[in-house]
Amino acid sequence: MDDARISRRGLSPKLWLAGGWLLVALLAAIFAPLVAPQDPLAQDLMLERLPPFWLDGAEPGYWLGTDSLGRDLLSRLIFGGRIAFIVAFAAATSACLLGSALGLIAGYFGGWADRIISRIVDVWMAFPPVLFAILLVAVLGTGLSSVILAIAIIDWTRFCRVIRAEAMSQARMDYVESARIAGYGRIGIMLREVLPNVLPSVVALLSLEMGIAVIVEAILSFVNLSISTDDPTWGSIIAEGRLSIHQAWWVLVFPLITLILTVLSFSQFGEALKARFDPVLR
Amino acid sequence: MEPCLDIRSLSAVLPNGQRVLRSVSLSVQPGEVRALVGESGAGKTMIGKAVLGVLPKSVRIVEGEMLIEGEDLGRLGEKARRNLIGARTALIPQDPLTALNPSRRIGPQMTDRLVRILRWSGERADKRIRQLLDEVQIRDPERVLKSYPHELSGGMRQRVLIAAAFAAEPRLIVADEPTTALDVTVQKQILRLIAQLQRDHGTAILFVTHDLGVVAKISQKVSVLYAGKVVEEADTAQLFAAPQHAYTRALIAATPRYTDPYASLKPVDEAVLAGLAAEIAAADQSWRPGHG
Repeated sequence: MDDARISRRGLSPKLWLAGGWLLVALLAAIFAPLVAPQDPLAQDLMLERLPPFWLDGAEPGYWLGTDSLGRDLLSRLIFGGRIAFIVAFAAATSACLLGSALGLIAGYFGGWADRIISRIVDVWMAFPPVLFAILLVAVLGTGLSSVILAIAIIDWTRFCRVIRAEAMSQARMDYVESARIAGYGRIGIMLREVLPNVLPSVVALLSLEMGIAVIVEAILSFVNLSISTDDPTWGSIIAEGRLSIHQAWWVLVFPLITLILTVLSFSQFGEALKARFDPVLR
Repeated sequence: MEPCLDIRSLSAVLPNGQRVLRSVSLSVQPGEVRALVGESGAGKTMIGKAVLGVLPKSVRIVEGEMLIEGEDLGRLGEKARRNLIGARTALIPQDPLTALNPSRRIGPQMTDRLVRILRWSGERADKRIRQLLDEVQIRDPERVLKSYPHELSGGMRQRVLIAAAFAAEPRLIVADEPTTALDVTVQKQILRLIAQLQRDHGTAILFVTHDLGVVAKISQKVSVLYAGKVVEEADTAQLFAAPQHAYTRALIAATPRYTDPYASLKPVDEAVLAGLAAEIAAADQSWRPGHG
């Protein structure tokens, strides 16, 4: 728990690194048309499979090289970040709102509400998530909104289970009893006394879920089930890179590194935030 | 005079039918401190929770009445009952470590109840809280009001809770072993504070404890509880001078004495416990559930 203590004094190195990478990636994605050195969709067969800048045969302006159609890899990664971040924020936030609300109700009210919600969660979690996602997108049709919807529909259970457990232990606390004696209503107690105490966990989970959403989106576009247009996504770049691994390894490696860094950063960022949000040193 | 709290023949059962309260009757007059003493599991805390309407869901009241200033809680609707309890009673809890919300500052936690439930103005509530903090001898109210609970010591937190309990001028306070979780030196100060505020405000207190030393210091009346049954009830002075029930005598004898630290502890005698078991069996035999 040393990390927690350090991070309360200031920003821990972990938070700096994770936050820094996310900020850079996010800004690049937002300002993609200004930042990207090339048009991500422009093909030029004369420039196919250019290596990254430090290898022989690299062209200036194509920093990370090009793919088998001569498209600039760095520009494609930057534009692919747009999809990744949109999905991360929208899907994780929806899953968080739905799951946390149900978890709070189940954990605090208990009884029938808890029984019903917990059984639904059990059934939900019996499905393998990635298969479930592929199935959902197949049914909903491809496209950005169905990817977001699919992730939210599948992953709300993560929030629900954790928040339910925390709300349950909160509901037994003396200050909750005191609030009942004072005459607060049940909903009021849930929002005023219980919610603030589960919030650090919600924040940590939310950040973690953003990382998971990025992965799921990559998996879906890897199997060509994400967005149907030609817009580059990290998953589709990886899928293309896989085919030319022997001729141009960089097309596979750079998107993988980007993906891993982003997902790791989200989870580390969440942990660090949780430690800062929690008023009690544990 | 109408009692502040009047419990008449209260019985409660667990889902398996076992009685946890056995026709308990006790009353607390306005401005009086009644101690409720008994060993762990005797149902002391249960009585406090019953009065405040926060019994666990598994415990069901099957007979008896509880009246707060003449108003029968059983006859009121849920909402009216909550309002009555909220306006006229307060709790001083056992464990100051879990009785304050760790993620909210002390100030809002204390004033909130006055403003939101009792509809005081923010200014009035704030003034009132500062006055109470002064009464519980907190020297730097500014710092305390801005603190989170974990930034205060156990004794300080208990002071805050006592101030909060007295803030809305309740008629009745249930003090549920308020000194048990504190170390001995702090216990004494806290006890003195409660007694002081009780006298100043004229509040009736139902003081739940297992400590006969505390009973002697703070209360005017005592009810001795065993297995959910009141086995003896008396003025405090009288109880110590001439205990009537064998169990009470055994309890008093079992209290360790600081004047003779090397004396071995006396457990309650087997014969006394056997007598109690018989007494309770007899009471259960003649008891008919279901008219509550």
